[in-house]
Amino acid sequence: MASESTMAHPFEDAPNHVTPTVIHDPILSKTDFRSVGTRPLRPDGLDKVTGRARYGADFNMPGQLVGLVLRSPHAHAKIKKIDTSKAEKLPGVKAVVTAADLPDHTGGDQSMYDILENCMARGVAKYDGHAVAAVAAVDAPTARKALKLIKVDYEVLPHVTDVDEAVKPNAPLVNPRMLTEGVEPKPKKASNIAKRTEFGHGDVDAGFKEADVIVTRSFRTEQTHQGYIEPHACVASVSPDGTGELWVCTQGHFVYRNHCAMLLGMDVSKLRVTSSEIGGGFGGKTHVWAEPVALALSRKANRPVKVTMTREEVFRASGPTSASSIDVKIGARKDGAIVAADATLRFTCGPYYGMWAELGSMTAFACYDLKNVRTVGYEVLVNRPKTAAYRAPSAPMAAFAVESVMDELAHKIGMNAVDFRIKNAAKQGTRASYGPVYGPIGIGATLEAAKKHPHMKAPLGKNQGRGMACGFWFNFGGQTCTDINVGPDGSVTLTVGTVDVGGSRASIALCVAEELGVPYEQVKCIVADTGTLGHNDMTDGSRGTFSSSMAGIFAARNAITVLRERAARMWEIPVEHVTWEDGHAKAVGEKYGNLAPLSLKEIAAAAGNTGGPIAGHSEIVADGAGVSFATHIADVEVDPETGRSKIVRYTVIQDAGKAVHPAYVEGQYQGGAAQGIGWALNEEYIYGKDGRLQNPGFLDYRIPVCSDLPMIDTQILEIPNPNHPYGVRGVGETSIVPPLAAIANAMSNAFGVRMTHVPMSPPRVLKALEAAKKA
Amino acid sequence: MQYEAPETTKAAVGLLAKAKGSAYVLAGGSDLLVRMKGGFVEPDLVVDIKRIKPMREIKKTASGFVIGAAVSCAEMNENKALVKAWPGVVEAAGLIGSKQVQSRCTVAGNLCNASPAADSVPALVAAGAKALIQGPKGKRKLPVEQVAVGPGKNALKKGELIEAIELPARKDRSGDAYLRFIPRTEMDIAVVSAGVNLRLDKKGVITEARVALGAVAPTVVLVAAAAKAVIGTKLDEAALAKLGEAASAACKPIDDKRGTIEFRTKVAAVLAKRAAEIAYKRAGGK
Amino acid sequence: MAVLVSTAINGDTVEFACDPHESLLDVLRNRLGLSGAKEGCGTGDCGACSVQVDGRVVCACLMLGVEAEGRDIETVEGMSHGTELHPLQSKFLEHAALQCGVCTPGFLMAAKALLEHNPDPTEEEIRFGLAGNLCRCTGYDKIVRAVQDAAKVMRG
Repeated sequence: MASESTMAHPFEDAPNHVTPTVIHDPILSKTDFRSVGTRPLRPDGLDKVTGRARYGADFNMPGQLVGLVLRSPHAHAKIKKIDTSKAEKLPGVKAVVTAADLPDHTGGDQSMYDILENCMARGVAKYDGHAVAAVAAVDAPTARKALKLIKVDYEVLPHVTDVDEAVKPNAPLVNPRMLTEGVEPKPKKASNIAKRTEFGHGDVDAGFKEADVIVTRSFRTEQTHQGYIEPHACVASVSPDGTGELWVCTQGHFVYRNHCAMLLGMDVSKLRVTSSEIGGGFGGKTHVWAEPVALALSRKANRPVKVTMTREEVFRASGPTSASSIDVKIGARKDGAIVAADATLRFTCGPYYGMWAELGSMTAFACYDLKNVRTVGYEVLVNRPKTAAYRAPSAPMAAFAVESVMDELAHKIGMNAVDFRIKNAAKQGTRASYGPVYGPIGIGATLEAAKKHPHMKAPLGKNQGRGMACGFWFNFGGQTCTDINVGPDGSVTLTVGTVDVGGSRASIALCVAEELGVPYEQVKCIVADTGTLGHNDMTDGSRGTFSSSMAGIFAARNAITVLRERAARMWEIPVEHVTWEDGHAKAVGEKYGNLAPLSLKEIAAAAGNTGGPIAGHSEIVADGAGVSFATHIADVEVDPETGRSKIVRYTVIQDAGKAVHPAYVEGQYQGGAAQGIGWALNEEYIYGKDGRLQNPGFLDYRIPVCSDLPMIDTQILEIPNPNHPYGVRGVGETSIVPPLAAIANAMSNAFGVRMTHVPMSPPRVLKALEAAKKA
Repeated sequence: MQYEAPETTKAAVGLLAKAKGSAYVLAGGSDLLVRMKGGFVEPDLVVDIKRIKPMREIKKTASGFVIGAAVSCAEMNENKALVKAWPGVVEAAGLIGSKQVQSRCTVAGNLCNASPAADSVPALVAAGAKALIQGPKGKRKLPVEQVAVGPGKNALKKGELIEAIELPARKDRSGDAYLRFIPRTEMDIAVVSAGVNLRLDKKGVITEARVALGAVAPTVVLVAAAAKAVIGTKLDEAALAKLGEAASAACKPIDDKRGTIEFRTKVAAVLAKRAAEIAYKRAGGK
Repeated sequence: MAVLVSTAINGDTVEFACDPHESLLDVLRNRLGLSGAKEGCGTGDCGACSVQVDGRVVCACLMLGVEAEGRDIETVEGMSHGTELHPLQSKFLEHAALQCGVCTPGFLMAAKALLEHNPDPTEEEIRFGLAGNLCRCTGYDKIVRAVQDAAKVMRG
């Protein structure tokens, strides 16, 4: 439990198992497909177009109370006293909780303790929006009134929200006990740097001596939010016998269960968590916030409690991404060969330990075959919400910096930007900058495809520029448990434990239908609650379809073994003479060749007489998620008088391994690109001098609207992943990585200005254009 | 909270006048409900004016147009005569929020909300519109630029409400335009905006001009110097340059989450010039 | 305190009692069990709560429940005729125009209003017509295509 629970995220040990070092035993077993690669309708589709689908806030329990959370208005403040007596006395209030109602059950597990403290401040509020108390009341107006009656006596402390300010020697300390990890000797003085990590190989200093051209630049990116449209919501019900139920929108109900059970001091098996339909997550629903609080309220009130965050709460107090500050230095010879690459990355984590700079450091140069490379990452504490994952976490910022310098370097050498990258691209056998040796990979192929793409040759209009950039993401596999149950009519229930965020029920069903040899329509895929299956990791790291299809295929193979045995029993022949083809048991061998094949339906109908229900089960650690690469091309038009940019054409080229449901793969490519475009141009957390968030709403946190974007062209490449039976790679995340740099490169190509601060909002662009004009 | 939906202006005024606590007029609700939701206001009384028939009508009169206070911006955009006469005003009204918001929001509400960034207001100011106000002491008319007195503060007294916005008749050889700057293409609050209304003589020389800027001061500002810069010209390069300078000079903006002082000051000039060019064309200038 | 309101929802006469401060969205979701409209922001910025009132698309979060008196309201639950989907619903499915699906009811209501007012919109008109509806999953590409295709079907 401890080791699993500490992993708010599995990427922590990414270098060890995210990428295969050497492919010893490929399990790729199929390359011709009947179901996989088609585009059927998703099983959850009808409910979603008719309003019937139930999301986090759409579920209610009898006798349910409304839970609301009181949040700190201060960026950093000591909580001297909380007086809840008046709130408790208000008629209709059934429970008030503070940190005192969530005693520490984490047993020295620092990561879980951080989560506990983040769910409810313990003595110190560490960011604007940090929860300090919560109430459950009969209705929302009463709960709101009760919040106003809670008196919190704060002593405001100095705060720091800016990444570069936080690392200065005299910066206010976010956590006065934080001694930087990863430096020798271990420091004695506390700082806001939680951890230093270093990756790389070769001799960087010697490498730079061989360079004809060196480009050095510093970059900054502002904090962004996943911006899922559905705010966090849950209904919790704890019974006096110590059992509980939680209905919640989450990317990982098993992880939520484990975390909530630990924080509440419950047995894992006594808390049953059901994941609702999820209205977007993108990494932001991989972490508990209000759920343990809802359970604590329910426990105290002995009634079900529903907690729904407002949009403002989502922005102030869920888990946005890091703000970053990055220095990059790359040197190359005149022939275009990179001789050394070096980067220092500082990423904000919020007030708690994180691994965001580490992920940035690992991904920064992953696209290239480098002899001398070094990346150093610093995890920086600030008085902002606890950072959570956001689609390929940390890779977009690192790629923005590196891919911008790559373009500048190509320009200085006089080489085409695509050719320069092709020359230096990683390939099978390349030792990645973060350690492992690559298997078959797609970076070269996406670059070659970009070079040939008609987009590259299309004419540009006035004030338009074209840019390109590459992106990388590890992908992840992880713990997966899947069941297949054959019904008496031969229809198949496929039960998975990975939450479906974008169509994975359809994709996994396609793989199982393929393996069983039955039509897609015969397989119904459902996401089960935590009482039904063994532990499943979250849907993150682009693992949903990759891992659950792998487990599903293995479960199907186990079911086929049973089906063959049952057919053998029906025929009364040895099982060795029964094969499985096209959804039928077939008897083979001279003696039995005249037996008519038995369909799955016929075998299922007879199951009661041949040994009972037919099922297949599989539990795996889905190792070998193939790494993913993409190349994007962006055409950007800038109004030179206002600095306003518009994306006029956009193309995504990415390796999918095998596209199980191509329409949904395209959807991932397009959605990731759109998020990257928003990040590049307008999205940012804006903090005031008082450390309070100024734009906690969709009005001023500006995600792209429909009229902001063009159609987004996609090209799916398929370079099979040898570690998946059908060659599948994760496809969900990589597409958010290249847009920041692709757009910056387009602006540079159009106007000769190098944008080094994201978002490239109109005031920043106009300022850069005017500075360039003066120069 | 008490909700009332009277059917006459008199009844509405009566309710507002005798209200004891905080009383709010509800037209489209796109500002009021947001403020209620955020806990910024807790009304004791809300008076919905959408069931007052005359307030739901656009009337074309000899002296121009009378737009009822409860007419939605979508309805304004569907009134062909109004679109033809005051394209700048209608476009400005059409920029407020989304299609969903357009179905409900009103220019009278936009005006009373008194945001310096209100989209419809610079266009109304440039057009020389007037607010028709009803109150316990009878009617009064106020030029729209005098309705807002500061961010979120309007000149209405207790019991008063705007019953309609009056636009003058469209004169010969005249035209108006409104432009705003937002980072996205839709859904943002104006970072800076400009409304321009011009009249030309037969030779295309500007004889009358009104230039108003939004989001560059505590209220929308009517910039006399900007008008002066183009009167007597055919909006040539030199006149445009002077117009831009006058617009920038009139800016007293703030740095905030939506834009900087520097940015707003520069872009005010750009928008004033571009809006003037459109208005000039609409007036028949070449 | 509570006010009795009589209105028509999806063609049926509906009476409900609500507090005057409650939004139409609260009434639909919490009192009438119509949870198809979603609260994404509560401030009219995301369009997830879009419904039609007297033939115009509005954000249910920006309208009071009491304002519904005598109005004609249509929600996503009333979009299909029996088991027959509205062409927009079919085309959203066919074009994979939804991923998480939480914005979908709002998009369907907004697109329906758009096509009722403009049966043959250009891509630009569709994009601006749907600008009040945020989608964070799709990048809008497949949504725009689905609306284009549905418009074609509806034109016959």
